[in-house]
Amino acid sequence: MKLAVVSAGLSQPSSTRLLADRLAAASAARLPGAEIEVIELRDLAVDIANNLVTGFPAAKLRRAVEAVTSADGLIAVTPIFTASYSGLFKSFFDVIENDALAGKPVLIAATGGTARHSLALEHALRPMFAYLRAIVVPTAVYAASEDWGAEGLPERVERAAGELAGLVGGARPVIQEDDEVVPFEQQLAALRP
Amino acid sequence: MQFGIFTVSDVTTDPTTGRTPTEAERIKAMVAIALKAEEVGLDVFATGEHHNPPFVASSPTTMLGYIAARTERLILSTSTTLITTNDPVKIAEDFAMLQHLSDGRVDLMMGRGNTGPVYPWFGKDIRDGIPLAIENYSLLHRLWREPVVDWEGRFRTPLQGYTSTPAPLDGVPPFVWHGSIRSPEIAEQAAYYGDGFFANNIFWPKEHYQRLISLYRRRYAHYGHGLPEEAIVGLGGQVFMRKNSQDAIREFRPYFDNAPVYGHGPSLEEFMAETPLTVGSPDQVIERTLKFREYFGDYQRQLFLMDHAGLPLKTVLEQLDILGEEVVPVLRKEFAVGRPANVPDAPTHQSLLAKATAAVGV
Repeated sequence: MKLAVVSAGLSQPSSTRLLADRLAAASAARLPGAEIEVIELRDLAVDIANNLVTGFPAAKLRRAVEAVTSADGLIAVTPIFTASYSGLFKSFFDVIENDALAGKPVLIAATGGTARHSLALEHALRPMFAYLRAIVVPTAVYAASEDWGAEGLPERVERAAGELAGLVGGARPVIQEDDEVVPFEQQLAALRP
Repeated sequence: MQFGIFTVSDVTTDPTTGRTPTEAERIKAMVAIALKAEEVGLDVFATGEHHNPPFVASSPTTMLGYIAARTERLILSTSTTLITTNDPVKIAEDFAMLQHLSDGRVDLMMGRGNTGPVYPWFGKDIRDGIPLAIENYSLLHRLWREPVVDWEGRFRTPLQGYTSTPAPLDGVPPFVWHGSIRSPEIAEQAAYYGDGFFANNIFWPKEHYQRLISLYRRRYAHYGHGLPEEAIVGLGGQVFMRKNSQDAIREFRPYFDNAPVYGHGPSLEEFMAETPLTVGSPDQVIERTLKFREYFGDYQRQLFLMDHAGLPLKTVLEQLDILGEEVVPVLRKEFAVGRPANVPDAPTHQSLLAKATAAVGV
């Protein structure tokens, strides 16, 4: 059982990473023996930009992508910039194959300076993962600065983690592997008028 | 084993001088490069096909016909011919004509093209890319093998009683390669027909091409054309050489850094580590190219990309001198060492004619 955690926080220390860690810990507590792998996108920023230019990932980024695509569940956390996910967060998912996250349980979360941006999770992240045909848990967790000193965040973290744990381990759709191929006669026959 | 060059025909500003060649200069430069390829003992010149700036190679058979008239031995090929947006009937005619004019020194490589707007410009839909490649090629294949063709398909008007003229030289159709950067369907298509498969091997790490080539070899055997190691494989490659490797790197770096395809991305050193690009001494190029055999198995054709990213003609011609004099002779010798006897050479008009004659004799 593997959980991948993608954190797009840029500062050190990062409240995005702090939220990611809390979500990971709460999820792991419900999934005994789960391995957690955290991917800090800041460390991959140049490789991600290079992949956009060249069309292929350098070795370090390839390993990160594989960690995400091979995980049983994903926790994806981004700061909200300019009313949406950060460009780095989006670029990371842009370089992953469109069907690589199909059927994967995903917990989405975000941080921001003010609670006014919280619905960016619903307007930006949820549709993006819907396009990727991932299964996004109902509770999306938003932490504004003030939430770190207020009530409510721990409950939302627990609720979202419970939802993720409930989905992880379910059946995944079968993705056609690259080197499987439709026999040629079949491809030709499909075109006959 | 065949060695040659392939061009994408880009008109690119030389980043070291700021000068951009005219289309006329670039077209004449491509011809000069092809003639040089024959002069230095290379076997193949292949041109791309593009229908949008900054590329000039929109009419491959016109250019190749001109080169055919000015060369004696060089095999003229394409990299690639767009099987999706060209009418397969016109491909059959154009390349058969070229085959006659060049006394059989022609083969061609099918490709789908990766420029979205070209499809609608030619009345097609990019979402039909694979079906177009499959249907159009199946028609082309018949036009070169059946004297009278009745045909009906999804993408072009039906044919009743159609005879493609001229018929292929000596009744032997030009050999066909299928090029693909990422589609297993095309590897499958090449395997089904027993045609060649070409992996561009330039932009991506080798593991990607290994998967496609091993699929092609496996399916080639599945369709009864021979053993997997007898399948016909071609590879691209990209090199820049000077006697001292540091000079090569210094001279090529501005071209790399500003190259339209991968410029302004990873460093030259990173790109060399991740892809087959080799910038260095002739010995380094030899060493790296010989490794392709370990990755992909014994193969039949090696094409190098030499004339892109704004490199001036003079530099490209110098590169071809080095390639022809110092690199290819060593590669020919080394690739022959330990090559199993059952691994065939790339088919040529002569070898295909001999095979056809033998088959009739039986």
